[in-house]
Amino acid sequence: MIEVTLKINGKMYTRKINPMLRLIDFIRDEIKLKGTKEGCGEGECGACTVIMNGKTVNSCLVLAASANGAEITTIEGLSNGDHLHPIQEAFIEVGAVQCGYCIPGMILSTKALLDENLDATEAQIKEGISGNLCRCTGYTKIVEGVKIAQKKIINSQEGD
Amino acid sequence: MYNITNILEPITLNEALRMYSDNPKLKIIAGGSDVLIQLNHGKFDDVELLSLRKIKNLNNISLLEDGTISIGAMSSFSNTFRNEIINKYLPVLTEAAVSMGGPQIRNMATIGGNICNGAVSADSAPTLFSYNAFLKLVSIDNIRMVPINDFYDGPGRVKLQPGEILTEILITKENYHKMTGNYIKFSNREAMDIAMLSVAVICNVENGVFNDLRISLGVSAPTPIRCYDAENYAKGKSFSKETIETIGQYAKKSAKARNSWRGSKAYREHLINILSQRAIKEAIKRAGGKC
Ligand SMILES: Cc1cc2nc3c(=O)[nH]c(=O)nc-3n(C[C@H](O)[C@H](O)[C@H](O)COP(=O)(O)OP(=O)(O)OC[C@H]3O[C@@H](n4cnc5c(N)ncnc54)[C@H](O)[C@@H]3O)c2cc1C
Ligand code: FES
Ligand code: FES
Repeated sequence: MIEVTLKINGKMYTRKINPMLRLIDFIRDEIKLKGTKEGCGEGECGACTVIMNGKTVNSCLVLAASANGAEITTIEGLSNGDHLHPIQEAFIEVGAVQCGYCIPGMILSTKALLDENLDATEAQIKEGISGNLCRCTGYTKIVEGVKIAQKKIINSQEGD
Repeated sequence: MYNITNILEPITLNEALRMYSDNPKLKIIAGGSDVLIQLNHGKFDDVELLSLRKIKNLNNISLLEDGTISIGAMSSFSNTFRNEIINKYLPVLTEAAVSMGGPQIRNMATIGGNICNGAVSADSAPTLFSYNAFLKLVSIDNIRMVPINDFYDGPGRVKLQPGEILTEILITKENYHKMTGNYIKFSNREAMDIAMLSVAVICNVENGVFNDLRISLGVSAPTPIRCYDAENYAKGKSFSKETIETIGQYAKKSAKARNSWRGSKAYREHLINILSQRAIKEAIKRAGGKC
């Protein structure tokens, strides 16, 4: 057993774990945050995407022990109390969500993209979410959702 | 079912080399994007991992005094294509790094892991072959510099000695100075797919003549390869349509393409011919030339 401490959505969690445990298992089974989904378990689909130290990773391909000391944001960490994050609002408004399985990962990839480049072009948006597969929507509404989120975030910054 | 018995996380290279020399059975893990998949597929039974992630400076990219560019083995693909030195002096490596995986994989995967995994499809390989990169391989009592062109041994096999860690990838100035080039990755999908075929061209052209031309191929033989016959034919020749077509034919002859579910041998050979020509033309264009 190995002792690890991770900061997830601003809170510290220390656990003694088996070295085999993956980051996704730590998040879902130890901390019981079920928003992070497992699709392929092999890095292909992006359903398990979380933000680790500012960068998106597939949490099915990271050992929890290798995330020791890291800061993690999961989908649960995006809203501010009852206020949804502008990306979440935008996805709801435009109807970018069907079954929803890909959406936590899709939104975190979007967040990482817009944190780095709020003015991302359509091509850059497509590139930014290229590691996230969606079997329902055909992506059109998702890309639209990202564009609306860009406007919302820019407007809220101008209002500051 | 596999079992990870322990994960060692040394914080200095010396400590890592000592651990590795004491127990050469340790499995090195860098970004883990190949190792964890291989574990899942049952390639190992009980395994103790030696993680390189905490070792400082192994992900540095720097321009040395003599103009050599040093890339730390632990540099991720994202870190590599966002780096100013790489963008300015090794733009073909930027092209290769951007073409790899998707954003999440590029954040995790390291360039050292890409090389040491030995895949024929490794996106960094053809470009590093064409830049004549050297690998710095360090063990507790030895340091050796090996040209990447001599490092691959077969599909998934590289010539790492027991206890050796790849620390740096080095490209000397004469190998990138006044050179242009192009990397083409050909795959079924544009994102999240590995190459069916890949070509990296680096060249120096002047007054319509090839002074130097280097062509490397991925997924065209049991290891990435250079096309020396094509290169030697090109040297000193002016870049006419006929010359470039003949170079494409020579490149095809250097290859030992195979049938696989991603593509047939015949299709791969066609791709080698066409894509080498396309990459050469793009490289000439980038050098300000016309062809
Ligand atoms: C979904 C997905 C998509 C992918 N797409 C691509 C793609 O498009 N193109 C591509 O080329 N690859 C692709 N890969 C493969 C993989 O991501 C790359 O090969 C990656 O660069 C491996 O780096 P890593 O740091 O994750 O290596 P690891 O998995 O940590 O290690 C790989 C191997 O190298 C050894 N090793 C690592 N570092 C060192 C070192 N410094 N010294 C000695 N030995 C070392 C390890 O022991 C292991 O055998 C993909 C993988 C996945 C899961
Ligand atoms: S579950 Fe991790 S990428 Fe599919
Ligand atoms: S909404 Fe169902 S997979 Fe994307």
